[in-house]
Amino acid sequence: MRRLAVIALPYLWLLALFLVPFVIVLKISLSDTAIAIPPYTPILDLSAGWDGLRDFVADLDFENFAFLATDDLYWKAYLSSLRIAFVATVLTLLVGYPVAYAMARAEESWRPLLLMLVILPFWTSFLIRVYSWMGILSQEGYLNQLLMGLGLIDQPLTILNTNAAVYIGIVYTYLPFMILPIYATLEKLDTSLLEAAEDLGCSRMSAFWLVTVPLSVPGILAGCFLVFIPVIGEFVIPSLLGGSETLMIGKVLWEEFFSNRDWPVASAVAVILLLILIVPIVLFQRNEQKQREAGG
Amino acid sequence: MRRFSWINATSLTLGFAFLYLPMLILIVYSFNASKLVTVWAGFSTRWYGELLRNDAFLGAAWVTLKVAVLSSTLATILGTMAAHVLVRGGRFAGRTLFSGMIYAPLVMPEVITGLSLLLLFIGIGLDRGIVTIVLAHTTFSMCYVSVVVSSRLVSFDRALEEAALDLGCTPFQAFRLVTLPIIAPAVISGWLLAFTLSLDDLVIASFVTGPSATTLPMKIWSSVRLGVSPEINALSTLLIGIVTLGVITASLVSKRAIASRQRDEQAAQQT
Amino acid sequence: MSPQTVFAPWEDPASKPLIRFYGVTKRFGDFTAIDNIDLDIFEREFFALLGPSGCGKTTLMRMLAGFETPTEGTIWLDGRDIGPVPPNKRATNMMFQSYALFPHLNVRDNIAFGLRREGKPKDAIAARVDEMLRLVQLQKFAGRKPHQISGGQRQRVALARCLAKAPRLLLLDEPLGALDRKLREETQFELMDIQEKTGTTFVIVTHDQEEAMTVASRVAVMDHGKLVQVATPDVIYEAPVSTYVADFIGDVNILPGRIAAQDGTRVTIDWAEGQPAIAARTRLALAPGSAAYFAIRPEKIAISAARPEGAANAVAGKVLDIAYLGNISTYHVELPGGQVIKAQSANTDRIAAREFTWEDAAWLSWTDAAGVVLDR
Repeated sequence: MRRLAVIALPYLWLLALFLVPFVIVLKISLSDTAIAIPPYTPILDLSAGWDGLRDFVADLDFENFAFLATDDLYWKAYLSSLRIAFVATVLTLLVGYPVAYAMARAEESWRPLLLMLVILPFWTSFLIRVYSWMGILSQEGYLNQLLMGLGLIDQPLTILNTNAAVYIGIVYTYLPFMILPIYATLEKLDTSLLEAAEDLGCSRMSAFWLVTVPLSVPGILAGCFLVFIPVIGEFVIPSLLGGSETLMIGKVLWEEFFSNRDWPVASAVAVILLLILIVPIVLFQRNEQKQREAGG
Repeated sequence: MRRFSWINATSLTLGFAFLYLPMLILIVYSFNASKLVTVWAGFSTRWYGELLRNDAFLGAAWVTLKVAVLSSTLATILGTMAAHVLVRGGRFAGRTLFSGMIYAPLVMPEVITGLSLLLLFIGIGLDRGIVTIVLAHTTFSMCYVSVVVSSRLVSFDRALEEAALDLGCTPFQAFRLVTLPIIAPAVISGWLLAFTLSLDDLVIASFVTGPSATTLPMKIWSSVRLGVSPEINALSTLLIGIVTLGVITASLVSKRAIASRQRDEQAAQQT
Repeated sequence: MSPQTVFAPWEDPASKPLIRFYGVTKRFGDFTAIDNIDLDIFEREFFALLGPSGCGKTTLMRMLAGFETPTEGTIWLDGRDIGPVPPNKRATNMMFQSYALFPHLNVRDNIAFGLRREGKPKDAIAARVDEMLRLVQLQKFAGRKPHQISGGQRQRVALARCLAKAPRLLLLDEPLGALDRKLREETQFELMDIQEKTGTTFVIVTHDQEEAMTVASRVAVMDHGKLVQVATPDVIYEAPVSTYVADFIGDVNILPGRIAAQDGTRVTIDWAEGQPAIAARTRLALAPGSAAYFAIRPEKIAISAARPEGAANAVAGKVLDIAYLGNISTYHVELPGGQVIKAQSANTDRIAAREFTWEDAAWLSWTDAAGVVLDR
């Protein structure tokens, strides 16, 4: 009896508050605009029984998706989200790998402290961390003050409200997600492997490329997925740091919903976003699975 | 042992400077006397005073705290149950769906979670406000809790639970008297994680809230969209300070517990 | 002093077993862990389940504890089918291989844990815990946590904890596996002592044949989910029923051959070209020409420089190897046909006076009752 309750409670909770909402999103994405705008018609009238279900299915059509396909704003936003997420992931890897590597090579007594320093920002408000760059990157911001003070530039640079600021914001906020999995694989790496490589004639540099990097691939992949997947749907960073040129699907969805109040289109945007995300999520799961199996 | 090279030292210095300088600047400029945030005009705690007199912020902080305490507590209970089901539940119908629903919210874009929950709440005619935010936050943070707790349960010696059963416990007693006290640290970190997630959330709360409830991140959001403000700097500094203090305390406590345990074990070897 | 009555309830048809396995089979998916086992275990026995890892011995024990249920068949305890009884309602207690001491409770609370579940009065619990602490000599450590005591002490806490409830049956899963050799030997005797003092029935699972032989009143040798032989340690050692048992317990020479002739209990076995047939005794009825194995322990083979007079069996060979173990030496003697036979002799003289060295010719001899004839 109790066992049943232990399973049923979280199960039902997730069904009701995770799965059912998705069915609703799917349903609304396939509905006509007029129905979905409040006053809200019931999504599925169960009291009508089988007929209700048939009417429910009969009402569905793909015109919202057709609309997404015709208006190039949407597919451009998807493409641009993917591009920004990809570039940002590569940048985060370039910044994160050396830090993770240095942490794994640091004295053992230092490592817990370094690890805490990487995790600490994760506990700090995301919004505040993004916000902190607004003061740095603005026209009259600290960065421009510094560069002009040093005499490196005469005119303040425009960074805030450009894609560059978005990249900086993403690298900054997602850096811990990249560092932690890479550090985890590098820390486990047996240093005698490097000694063996050098003993067999490798230089330090080639030992790094031939031994360390290949063995840290699972960590690199995990880190990249952990950055890439959430960045695609990112909303806060493009809204605060990006400009009019920054086109990201999370922002589009938000505006479609809050500004245009077009719920069916917003739902259709969400459905497509999910479909796009399924590929990297499945790849990520497979990578994790492989690592678990290798770990024992 | 390889020596720690200057390249590594540089990477660490630059990496941590990148991670911490923006926040340090924020903290320093929160004590700026000027209303113009980017121009230093002497030390002052003026903005902290203004912040404490700002009822809108205080009200939002109170709402946020209520939501965070309620949702993280609910999420901890549900998430611990879910972890138990995942690790110990064995086979049951719909197990794959269940574990899918546990892991999916972790990678789900917030905009989608927020949108779908809002459509649900409207669909069932639930008044939007604190209750809906608590429900939404509980749903996604219970998944984080269950990941934290299940990683602890996986390494948990199953024989301990069996020993409890063998000594006369019912399964529920075995959980309460043996499993729970031992996994308590993981459950507490799960709660803390859920609490901070709720405290930080802007997007989901913005979707599911109604006119009656504004959370602190929503308040910060509407303010920072207009640009940098000294009051927000002060607020950020306070939040960063609280989090830092909390994390440092937690890590010191666990470090001391580990050290004392190691001492005990060494002493036990010698007897 | 009257002669001590031998404890052997399994030989008395009138005695009722405490535990009865009746046609028990346990399958995990396609894998059959326990294959149709019938087994009786009697009150006050110290019963050992012996076998290599994966032979099903742990599964058998976990079915007694209630952590596994039989796929087929029934298990009876005290004349009651315990199939539907959950572990917490069974009059059995188990000592786990990892000890499974609760890390958040001290020694006293660990021992009191089961008693508290019974809802006994506080002072009765305290008295019982003190009794248990005395029994395992841990009074001084009552306030310590499990990680604050040594491995041997932990083992004793685990024992005290499962004895505290005075179970009808105590199950011990590799109870000494985590201890080093010296401590293990001491603890074996402690275990026997405690078993005798408390009069509890013990069922122990082990893969260590020496341990099983030392502590147990009866040993069940298991292989692939089946009971191969259930008998007292001396019978298992001296009269194994199969080459598997003979080989699993102790050191043995196994010589495959064919039955040449049988006359009552006397049997001769052809086993190698150019060698005389082995003369042996057996109760088995064996058809001439059928395959048979002759199993003989090394210590039952004598080694001598000259052909011994009047030996029932004698073969000549040369010494291939000598393993000197201090108290005894094991000689590996190669016969002209290439077979190697191990013979053991006690080193009654100091080593300088040894009779044989490598490459020496030597005679091996044994009586007709020294080995066993096996048909499988």
